[in-house]
Formats: sequence, C-alpha cells, structure tokens
Amino acid sequence: MAAEFKKIQSTGKMKGLMGKYFTELMGEEPTGRKMAWCTSVGPAELLRAMGFDVYFPENHGAMLGASRMATDLIPLANAHGFSPDICSYLTSDIGAYLKGVSPFQKLGLGVPPKADVLVYNTNQCRDVKDWFQFYAREWDVPCIGIETPRSIGAVDETIVQAIAKKTEALIEPLEAVCGQKFDIDKLREVVGLSKECTRLWKAVLQTAATVPTPLTFFDGTVQMGPAVVLRGTQGAVDYYEMLLAELQQRITDGVAAIEGEKHRIYWEGMPIWGKLRDLSTQFMELQTAVVASTYCNSWVYEDLDPADPFVGMARAYSELFICRSDDYKEKYMLEMIEKFSIDGVVYHDAKTCPNNSNNRYDLPKRLETKTGKPFVVINGDLNDMRLYSDEQSRTNIEAFVEQLAGA
Amino acid sequence: MEYFCGIDIGASTAKLVIADEQGRIVGKAMQRSGVDYTQTAQTLLDQALGQAKIEQSQIAHTISTGYGRDNVPWADGKMTEIACHGRGAYFHFNQQITVIDIGAQDSKIIHLGDDGRRVGFKMNRKCAAGTGAFIEEIAHRLALDITELNALAEKSTKNEPLGSFCTVFAATEVLAKIRAGVDVADIVRGAFCSVVNRIVEMDRVEGLLVTTGGVVAHNPFLATLIGRAFGTEALMPPEPQYTGALGAALFATKQSQEGQ
Ligand code: SF4
Repeated sequence: MAAEFKKIQSTGKMKGLMGKYFTELMGEEPTGRKMAWCTSVGPAELLRAMGFDVYFPENHGAMLGASRMATDLIPLANAHGFSPDICSYLTSDIGAYLKGVSPFQKLGLGVPPKADVLVYNTNQCRDVKDWFQFYAREWDVPCIGIETPRSIGAVDETIVQAIAKKTEALIEPLEAVCGQKFDIDKLREVVGLSKECTRLWKAVLQTAATVPTPLTFFDGTVQMGPAVVLRGTQGAVDYYEMLLAELQQRITDGVAAIEGEKHRIYWEGMPIWGKLRDLSTQFMELQTAVVASTYCNSWVYEDLDPADPFVGMARAYSELFICRSDDYKEKYMLEMIEKFSIDGVVYHDAKTCPNNSNNRYDLPKRLETKTGKPFVVINGDLNDMRLYSDEQSRTNIEAFVEQLAGA
Repeated sequence: MEYFCGIDIGASTAKLVIADEQGRIVGKAMQRSGVDYTQTAQTLLDQALGQAKIEQSQIAHTISTGYGRDNVPWADGKMTEIACHGRGAYFHFNQQITVIDIGAQDSKIIHLGDDGRRVGFKMNRKCAAGTGAFIEEIAHRLALDITELNALAEKSTKNEPLGSFCTVFAATEVLAKIRAGVDVADIVRGAFCSVVNRIVEMDRVEGLLVTTGGVVAHNPFLATLIGRAFGTEALMPPEPQYTGALGAALFATKQSQEGQ
C-alpha cells in the first residue's frame, strides 16, 4: 500500500519539550524541589503553583502500554494482590516498580521518581487512589486528594463549592511537605497558563472538524503529551501555538492527514496503546480518518478561571466527560458527531477500565437511533494485550468500513 | 460466458465457489484450510474448475474472504466474511434478514435491510463460547465423533444445562455430569443450548432469521434450537457452509460489472 503517514513537523519540538521535562524530573541534577505525583486530571495547577515537580504516573502507564512492556509486568502486580480485572495502568505500573524496570530506562533516565506526596482526584475512577495508596505505603509518604462524585448530571453549585473547599484543604498538608507558603498570585498565574493551554489544545483538536481532516485521533494521542504533563507552563502554550499554526496551514493548503479520506470515525474510549501503530495503519489503508475522540478531549478545561482559581478548578475538573451521567454523555456525543461530520462510531470496550468504556449501558444503540450513524464495538484493553485479539479487531474494523461504504 | 469466483478461507474449512452471471453455482469445492492457505486455495480452484469444465482464464473476477483472505494471491479483491455471509444469504431470501453465522472460531450476527444493505453486525467476543470450537471440545470430552452430535441432541428430551460461559469450565461441568451418570444425549443437547444462549445474548433478530456456516450445516438441530430461542423459524440457505464463498462470488460479479 502506497499510503504513508504524514509527519507533523512540530512533533520534533514536542519531543524536545517532553524530553526536557522528563530529564528535569529524573535526570542526575537535583532540582531542589519536592516531588508530587498527580493523577492526569488531578489538581496539577495547585502543585505547580506550590513549587512541586509534578509527575503523572498515567503517562508512564501509557508508555508501558505503547512500548508493549505492560503485558509482561501486569502478572507481577496480579501476584502481589491486584486483580487482572482492575486498571491495567495500575497493574502495569506497579508491576514495573516491583521489577525495577521502566521505558524511561531506554531514554537513559532510570525508573520513575519517588514521590514526596501523592495527590489524586477520583473524578476519573477509584483506581487512581488505590494506585497512589500503594506507593504511599511503600515510601511512607502522604497520599491526599479530592473525592469527586461520579455520574454527575448537572455540575451545580453544591458540587462546585464542595470540591473547591476540598481542593483548598490540600494547601495545608502540601505546605507541610514542601515547606513553602501558598501564594494565590502564583496559582492565578499557573491557572492562567493552563487555561491558555486548554484553549489552544481544543483549537488543535477542532481542526479535525475540517473535511478532509489535517489531524487524526492517532496523532492526537501523541500530541496530547504537553496538555497532560505540562499544562500550567509556558512551554505547553508555546508548543500548541506552533502546532495549531501548522495544522491551520495544512487546512489552507488542503493537506489531508489521510490521503483520499472517505469516511470519518469517532473513537470512544481509551486508546489501545500497544496497537496504535497497527490500528492507525489499518485505518489509513481503509482511507478512513478517525477524526475525533472523547479521550483526547479529556484535557480540555474551559472553566478554569484565574480570577477565582479554586472554584474554576473545581468546576473544570468536575465537568469532565468521564465523571458525568449518561444523559450528559449522550448529549456531548450527539454534538461531537454533528460537529465533526462523523459517519460512524467505534467504541473501545476496555476490559480493565469500565470508567472509560461507554458502550456498556446501551449508549451506542441510543445514539445510533438518534443519529442514524452506525457503530461497532472493539473488545480490548488499554494495556493488557492478553485481552485483545488482532484478528477480531481487524475484521470488525474492516467490516465496519465496508458497511459505511454501503456493502 | 464469464464466471466469478468466491473463496472463503475459514479458521477450519476453506470453501470455493464458481458462479455464473446469474449467481448459479457451476463449480464448488471444500477442504480443511490446513496450514498453507495459498496452496489450499489453488487446490480448491483446480477442483472447482474441473467440475465446472472451464479454464481459469474464464474467471473474470475473484474475491477472497475469511481469516485467510489475504493469502490468495490470484484474488482481485477481498471482503470480510461478515459482508460475504450477508450477501450470500440475502441472495436466497431477498428481504430484510438477520444472518447468524456460526463458524469454527467465531459467531456473527449480521443485519441486512430490505434492500440487502448491511445495517449492523456483531461478532462474538474473543472466546470459544458460542462457536464450533466449543462443540468440538465437548465432543472430545464425551469421546464422540463430531458427526454423532446432531442425532444425539435431537434424541434427547431433557436439557442438561451447562452454566458456565467458559469453554474450559463447561468441559469440567461435562465431566461432573458424566460422573453423575447423566445421559450422553442430554449432555450434548445441553452443550447445544449453551451455544444458543451465547448467541441469543449477542444481539436481537430483525426480519427473517437465517443461519449459515458449517456448524449448522452439520448440526441442523442447533439451528432449530436457535429458532426456538428467538421465537421464530431459523431458515437455512441451500448448502449453508458455502454461503460466504457464494457471497464473495456475488461481490466479484458486482465489482466486475462496476469495473473495479
Ligand atoms: S480512568 Fe481507567 S485507565 Fe484511567 S486510571 Fe482510572 S481505571 Fe485506569
């Protein structure tokens, strides 16, 4: 097949930015700052404003998946007492810790940094808290966080105020760890940068509403790095300005990410990290662009507010798709299907992440009835490739695209 | 006269048909897929050509399907078995149908509208439950030949249910039933019902219910049980194990006519 991936030129710059971040965290030079672990949709802004180095273990989880190390490491965590049915980020990360290995070693960086404090938000799932508590016990360090309700309908004032208070209550224990006084102006500054990062990242994702799209979901899973681990920094803002300009230029020049784009797909659910290459190649060969996803949009926080940082963070981090009710999810996806001119939806039912698998409560059928857009469900997992069948997925996707083509 | 070829290389059996412009089968052949799909495809082609008394040069277009669809070097194109089973079944019924295809390794439910266009489909999860492999495993446990199962299941008047989703656990349940002296016919019927249950929970049926594939071809009583479970009659096209290959030949005809 002659088709080739179209390289996004800015990516080199991003790799440099991410490399610098990891080297600072894990390199030989001590930064002199305390190390906070943070969940991917946790209160990163607060930690940055208080002068912590911030490390996101889910990013490591995804690296373990993408490097295909995960499947061999998960059994170690299983033997330790964590079921193979729970989050495979958790089990692969803890497996890697037990074995003393990491994909960072291939970058000459050793294993993940030890935390001085672990800070979670259960808005995404309970697993993150259980995961962090394991390390808190290992290292005898505090594990603190925010318990956000789940299946939220309307994000009302009661919820926002409660979460804002919970977030503020983290200041005291965090001060005790870092030995510095909290400075609200610093928080405003970081929240301002984070909000700008969100604006740009959203604009990047929305370029994919153009037909043909300049960007695919698979590009998004690479490009999202800074929005996750560097939000609240100038580096992330600068990077997305550059990326956005490149994608806008692609639109101006009529450059399509997928040559001869015939069909447009929405990907619902987690990426299958160990199979991204195979899947993106298959879709490209089928001249089908996966243009939008819930996943990449999980790092868009429009309600961040430098003027009222705690309330803004509380609202932004409770409004996420993942902690909302199915009514909201249905409405959100209806809008996305419309906005991105979607022809069909692929649901990834990730065995170990019910939190991010939205095919389980009849949503696909409801949406199909409302939109007339068909769907297919791929059974798999984010990291545990023992739960994935190449052949089944290949045939499901091929058959789905045939259906979109009218066969 | 031009001819069209469809070849379906399944996980266990490979099937090939040569059809004329009206979709009439003029030659067909079947054998185990084996380990060299390309060789198997050639052997089947030679057999079917001999039966049809035509030369390979008279075949205008070939479509391959099934697990081995990428291993037929002389095919002009490929389609999934989902498309082909749907197309092959629709050819015989010409109205809204739900096709249930039980293969050796997977089961599929395929929905086609009145006009024959596919509107949806589902494949079973990556597991032997609800497939031919499950039935083979149970036959093995009972030391029966696979060809004896249908008559036994039909003879049984009592369903000895197997509770487990899992083929291995179900096999253990079978051992327990043997130990308890349960009639073999009842155990076989229980195994058939277990396959039916896995199918029923996959999807709903809309329009006529049509069953295809080698498993129902050899075990028509299984199709009867599927029909009962869905509260409708389970129809079968002629020679249900060739449905996918026929569908592929029909796609070959269409593509050839459209100049693809
Ligand atoms: S949301 Fe899912 S993948 Fe992410 S940490 Fe929680 S369980 Fe794991």
